Amino acid sequence: MKLRFERYGKGLAKGMALTFRHIFRQRITTQYPEEKLTPSKRFRGYELVWDKERCTGCATCARSCPQGEIVIVTSRGEGNKYVVEKFELDSGRCIFCGLCVEACPYDALFLGLDYERASYRRGELILSKEQLERTPEKQISAYFHPEFEASLPQQTLLLERAGRKGQE
Amino acid sequence: MELWPLDNYWAHFGLFAVIIIAFVLIGVMAYIYVERRGFGPFQLRWGPNRAGPFGILQPVADAIKVLLKEDIVPAKADKWVHWLAPVVVFLPILLIFAVVPFHGGHGLIPDLNVGILYVVAISALGVVGIFMAGWASNNKYSLISAMRAIAAMISYEIPLVLSIIGVVLITGSLSMNDIVAGHTIPFFLLTPLGFLIFLLSAMSEINRGPFDLMEADSEIVAGFHIEYSGMKFAMFYLAEYGHALVMSAIAAILFFRGWVGPGGDYIGVLWFLVKMLFIFVLLIWMRITFPRLRIDQLMGFAWKFLFPLALINLLVVAVEVVAFEEIPWWILFVNFALVGVLIPLWSKLFKLGGGRVEVKV
Repeated sequence: MKLRFERYGKGLAKGMALTFRHIFRQRITTQYPEEKLTPSKRFRGYELVWDKERCTGCATCARSCPQGEIVIVTSRGEGNKYVVEKFELDSGRCIFCGLCVEACPYDALFLGLDYERASYRRGELILSKEQLERTPEKQISAYFHPEFEASLPQQTLLLERAGRKGQE
Repeated sequence: MELWPLDNYWAHFGLFAVIIIAFVLIGVMAYIYVERRGFGPFQLRWGPNRAGPFGILQPVADAIKVLLKEDIVPAKADKWVHWLAPVVVFLPILLIFAVVPFHGGHGLIPDLNVGILYVVAISALGVVGIFMAGWASNNKYSLISAMRAIAAMISYEIPLVLSIIGVVLITGSLSMNDIVAGHTIPFFLLTPLGFLIFLLSAMSEINRGPFDLMEADSEIVAGFHIEYSGMKFAMFYLAEYGHALVMSAIAAILFFRGWVGPGGDYIGVLWFLVKMLFIFVLLIWMRITFPRLRIDQLMGFAWKFLFPLALINLLVVAVEVVAFEEIPWWILFVNFALVGVLIPLWSKLFKLGGGRVEVKV
């Protein structure tokens, strides 16, 4: 029998060394409430942002919505223009597909960057016109609107935290 | 028998009974915490860190949760055996700690002259409880797991005992106090092969690490305690870590010189705990690294690898004991060289899967 130097437990020692080296690596877990990750700039986040000035009440968004959850009620105002009386979104049913944003011919709808909107009542998920209205504080996702990209923070990459180089 | 610190017989027993029960319960909680927390860095995560500072109250929270859970007994279960099994599994741990000397040779019955024999005999009792649980649950997975547990326990008991006999040969006594006193240098250096065999068979004996196929979550869904819930399940969980506690205590006494360490006799018990923890960390490290064995690999490893090596180890130790009046310290180099030769050589001879029969149609 030819005695070759193999299968004598070197693999076991190698495995032990590998797991030992893992102790000194950066831990990948995010300590969520204390530490938050920045989402992608084109994140399709919670809450539509609705621009009151630009909206003409054409209801293209409501028609494009696959869930049929955007409710628009308009009435005739001065100078033959629509006045939006009700613009409501049941965000519990919203799938954040972004089709309404793409469909809007007047660039009056945007997606937000938020992701922390859990609530205790289903009713609280129905967002009214006032809640959706665009204000200067609201962060707007660059989804379908790349012009916002410059002002948004860089996304956190877990690869960088693991001690590896992130993708350029 | 020395009665310390109280000269009264009943006071001594009462005091140490309380100490042992408290030690086992707190020790098990500490082990659960150390293991769950210790797994974290290996897997690039933190482990439990929400309950209390550094998650130190996590085992307490789990214990309270499990106490409040509903106790479900299967309709077709053997009620009495189902009820009795967790007790039978947990009892040996307390029984073994009765003879373990913690500090300066003190304990409940620390000077039992057949101490290590008693430990070996009692530690085999736990498997009865496991089989009772597997049988009484009236569940196929439980029964498979119980049969595997018995097979593993019987097979690994032999190399375990043979490696202990090596130590007993050197010290010439079965009493744990004498074994600790008989150390010239720690026995894990003097008989490295014996320590390795002891560690590996102890790992199988306590159903952990790569040998945990009797409670393999992914194939027989936790095995013998699948039908247990509430406090009964907690007893099995307690017993699992309690056995780890027992085995690390025995290993600390047999191979790491027990409570003896630099710093005098006053911190002896601390040295004992540190050594136990060191062995447990070793077990955690192995558990996190190695994948689970198949049943044929488990049995093959015991009978074809550990058993012959344990016999050779016993022979070597016996020759050394006969040849030298007092075993010189340089013998450890010989023994380490022997490990370096024997393990590669025997790994070469160790083969699995010869029994397969191909049927031609």
